Amino acid sequence: MRSFLAVALFSALLLSCSDPQRLDPNSGGETTREDASLNSFGLPAPGLTNEQRRFFERGDSFFTQNWVTAPASTDARDGLGPLLNGASCSSCHVLDGRGAPPDPTGEQANLGLLMRVSLPGEDPVTGAPLPDLVYGGQIQDRSIQGIAAEAQIDIEWSPIEGTYADGAPWELRSPTYALSDLVYGPADPDLMISPRLAPQVFGMGLLQAIPDEALLELADPSDGDGDGISGRVNMVWDARLGQHVIGRFGWKANVATVEQQVAGAFLGDIGITSSLHPAESCTALQNECTEAPNGGSPELTDERLATVTFYNSTLAVPAMRDVDDDQVNQGARLFAEMGCASCHTQTMQTGVSDIDVLANQTIHAYTDLLLHDMGPGLADGRPDFNATGDEWRTPPLWGLGLIDEVNGQRFLLHDGRARTIDEAILWHGGEGQAANDMFQGLSADERAAVLAFLEAL
Amino acid sequence: MQTYKQPITALFTLALLCSLLANCGGDNGPSEDQLAEAVQTYTTGVHASYEASLTSATTMDAAVDAFIGAPSETTLQAAKDGWLEARNDYGPTEAFRFYGGPIDNEATGPEGLINAWPLDEAYIDYVEGNGSSGIVNNPETYPTIDASLLTALNEQGGETNISTGWHAIEFLLWGQDLSVEGPGARPAADYVDAPNADRRAAYLAETSDLLLVHLEELVDAWAPSSDNYRAEFEALETTEALRRIITGIGELSRGELAGERMNVAYAERSQEDEHSCFSDNTHNDIVNNAVGIERVLKGQYPGFSGTGIADVVAIADADLAVRLITEVEASIDAVEAIPAPFDQHLMDGVSDDSPGRMAILAGIELLEGQTDTIVAAATALGVTINVT
Repeated sequence: MRSFLAVALFSALLLSCSDPQRLDPNSGGETTREDASLNSFGLPAPGLTNEQRRFFERGDSFFTQNWVTAPASTDARDGLGPLLNGASCSSCHVLDGRGAPPDPTGEQANLGLLMRVSLPGEDPVTGAPLPDLVYGGQIQDRSIQGIAAEAQIDIEWSPIEGTYADGAPWELRSPTYALSDLVYGPADPDLMISPRLAPQVFGMGLLQAIPDEALLELADPSDGDGDGISGRVNMVWDARLGQHVIGRFGWKANVATVEQQVAGAFLGDIGITSSLHPAESCTALQNECTEAPNGGSPELTDERLATVTFYNSTLAVPAMRDVDDDQVNQGARLFAEMGCASCHTQTMQTGVSDIDVLANQTIHAYTDLLLHDMGPGLADGRPDFNATGDEWRTPPLWGLGLIDEVNGQRFLLHDGRARTIDEAILWHGGEGQAANDMFQGLSADERAAVLAFLEAL
Repeated sequence: MQTYKQPITALFTLALLCSLLANCGGDNGPSEDQLAEAVQTYTTGVHASYEASLTSATTMDAAVDAFIGAPSETTLQAAKDGWLEARNDYGPTEAFRFYGGPIDNEATGPEGLINAWPLDEAYIDYVEGNGSSGIVNNPETYPTIDASLLTALNEQGGETNISTGWHAIEFLLWGQDLSVEGPGARPAADYVDAPNADRRAAYLAETSDLLLVHLEELVDAWAPSSDNYRAEFEALETTEALRRIITGIGELSRGELAGERMNVAYAERSQEDEHSCFSDNTHNDIVNNAVGIERVLKGQYPGFSGTGIADVVAIADADLAVRLITEVEASIDAVEAIPAPFDQHLMDGVSDDSPGRMAILAGIELLEGQTDTIVAAATALGVTINVT
């Protein structure tokens, strides 16, 4: 009750001072597209030149089409695996969208949930997690013919029940992960695992173009302002520069650039080498994998890597919908009042960019790209560069309401455990616990307003 | 025949809007009845198109069976001819993709099973550099090649190994294209006394049968009925139906045809980075796609014609409709002029000033240009579409 009163008071205050502020539908600034169809995550940013559109289409082709076993007639596209999670980027990012974890009923196949693995410690030079000697840095649960897939991901779900302050019940499903069918030998007893779901990919070029200074300004590593929220930048290894830089991509902000995200996924997920990752993802103990035919050295040329990087960078951000709806606006105010926006930062400015249309844009990604302690419920216990086992990067919320339309389902958080937006909020612990508590204290109407706002993103 | 009762209020609103908007075409904009007629023409045309495709694919399947029953260079050639003929009927149906309809609905659409590209050749059969690869040559792992094996390997939902459809049949008939000038040259002997000849024949027969099954699903989804996708489609608001129809041709025109299939091949200079790389039939694939766009705009389908999208555009903006048709006809002329085989223009060292590459680029530019006109045509009908 007390929190309800506090919220009501806040609302009254906010109403009086910020009422004229209309929500801006252009979440991606001038790179926004007004589209809510199933193609809404896969459109080129407005304003690309015709030459850039063609480059985008080439990247689209190498992102979308399957890679095939080497040797093949289509020698630009061979070299799949030998170990892999999917045969193309779009295997997991269907229609440039979001993946889904497997479901115990078998109704939902595994579409884009993978398992990162590592041993305690870190690389002395780069600071990266230490790969397992047998399984490397990621479990590949598929393979080409004649090569054994490494292992399968087993998930056991158990329910967690609770009630909102108004008595309405809620139920979460909590996963316990294990690896089975470990064909290259038993797992190291110290092996740490971290499940990661394929997120929607648009808007990455804009996030890349946010100046470092803006992120450092948002960071508050020792919670100097005492608000209980202490965002930290992850410092990760930039393989191109050969030095540590601020991490922006991946569930733990563990990757520096769009290009390195793309090249890393090509190797780890599809088994496609590039100049950034010239060796196949076979460990010294996987001889058949090492000896299998490859599709060239590297399999993805620098120019093709550049096309896919450009494609990922310039996918348009879908516009926010229903910005003049009263309920949506009420939800937006509650979102700010509950402190959600302390990490899900509404508005940022991009700075310089190699790609003209991405420069100097006002964007509403609802992320600070920083690491936050999200509590034991969400913790994977596996450090990743500076990120601890309790920390996750604030994910962008733009396009959240369109995932169902694009992918026919919507599973949220880093491993897709949340089946609804409510569930995703209820999982927030650690620095997100206070906002979660406030959410649980809202009335049913207010909760509906928060969800209406998030659905409109 | 479905009839539409025109609510007075909607008409009134339309008239009011038109009086407010300068570009609305005055009171000459298409009526709701006219738009509904265009939608009806489309659904009837889609059905007719898939029926035509099923018919010629069935003829192909018979030729495939005849070849398997009595393998010779003659029966092999007849099967190849059947494939080439059948491709001409399938190509135009690609204009019905890109809006999550029966062909490419994410959960149930068979597009990947029908027309996946590129084909994972070594997953199916031997390839240059690996004489024992593929399901055909691995009886220990795959003891029986039958419909249930192919279906299981190509499960929907969890993406697996797509190894069926037009290009699988093409590969099994032609083999890899290892020659610089001509198509693949798989000998009929592959089906007589080569290792695993019977298993290869079983694979070919099963995948050809499976193609018919998938085409039948599409025919059924678009057949006149009160309980299928077509019924749902015709019950949509006309603006939503038109959005889907025009998104399909717009996306095919630029992102898919000009982009994926032509510009990517043109830019990559990788000789077999073309859709029908085994048979060297890519030039026809391209023309057939372009024809699919024309059919939707003109409302002219196999054995049936009616109110095309361009006809209702003409009511809203006659000049725009003329431009649309002129451009679409020009782009078809341009892609028809690309010298065959297409892959000759993709090799390293071929000059951009060569007739073949100039013809491809001209086709790309015309298709890109017409896409802008297609988007404008949608706008003229009060529909907003975005295309890649």
